[in-house]
Amino acid sequence: MDHTSAQYIGAGLATMGMIGAGAGLGILFGNYLQAAIRNPSAAGQERVWLFLGMALTESMGIFALVVALLLRFV
Amino acid sequence: MAAIEPMKQFLIERVEWLPPIVVGGFDLSVTNSVLMMLIAAVVIVVSLGMSAKGAIVPGRMQAVGESLFDLIDGTLVTPIIGHNGKPYIPFVFTIFMLVLTMNLMGVVLAVGHVGGLDWTFTPTAQLAVTATLAVITFMSVLVIGFIKNGLGFFKLFVPPGVHWAMALFIGFFELISFLVRPLTLAMRLFGNMLGGHVVMNIFASFVVALGAVGLAGFGLNSLGLVGSGLSLAMVIALTGLELVVAGLQAFVFAALATVYLNEVVNLGHGH
Repeated sequence: MDHTSAQYIGAGLATMGMIGAGAGLGILFGNYLQAAIRNPSAAGQERVWLFLGMALTESMGIFALVVALLLRFV
Repeated sequence: MAAIEPMKQFLIERVEWLPPIVVGGFDLSVTNSVLMMLIAAVVIVVSLGMSAKGAIVPGRMQAVGESLFDLIDGTLVTPIIGHNGKPYIPFVFTIFMLVLTMNLMGVVLAVGHVGGLDWTFTPTAQLAVTATLAVITFMSVLVIGFIKNGLGFFKLFVPPGVHWAMALFIGFFELISFLVRPLTLAMRLFGNMLGGHVVMNIFASFVVALGAVGLAGFGLNSLGLVGSGLSLAMVIALTGLELVVAGLQAFVFAALATVYLNEVVNLGHGH
């Protein structure tokens, strides 16, 4: 296997880290909806924390993207 | 048939119809990225200038401006930082408006490529732009933290009431998570914008490629027209999604900047 194909395969494998971010986002929004349906009056004030949780969960997937981009382009 | 080049839209090029500027051997010409950022700045200044009338019964522009300001003041800064947060509203609001306008212009003006306006561009899909915004935020947090707390700033890394042996361990990880913040802040905006635009570009090129197959002949070829139509519907749906993402990512950037500021402004207050 030459260097370039190893790079491509590695970049592809690195994107698998996004699986975790996807599952995490699903759990996050699912739980938020559950809580919001149980107590709709409290849903509005927790929305900021929802987006913050989303941002922090997403950053794990972004690390995977960074590794993939590093493998591909650097 | 043109090859699919989804990354070509992110190339930084000199704007041809503007005069080249060369200072001391450096090419400082206006590029498409710079031009779009300048347009964003003008749009923000003009639209907010029109909305800042201070009328008791707001008109249309003033209602838009006030609801944008209330989004930052009413749902972010005041609930998160508290009453100490007033001085930081302009900073967060500026970052929010700039990112929001650049994101939205990237989606809306992307249509210009079809009409021959080849200088339309998404500045926030450039890591250099998002990294600059992230570093500005990070440095402000550092400077404000040291001004407000002095050397007590380092208490940020050690939770109160922790045994010293454990505090060394936790402090190490807290320090790493603090230092990685500008990276995630920059990469989040960059990754979202880049990914969304690449996907849109790929589906848009499916429309053309499959349409060409469909028009080439009869029989099985007409399946290409079906695929082309489905891709077109997908492009429309993705454009809607990108508009949502553009607003959401601007809000998330502002929200994270607020939370990072809150940690140093209210350090040790248990807020």
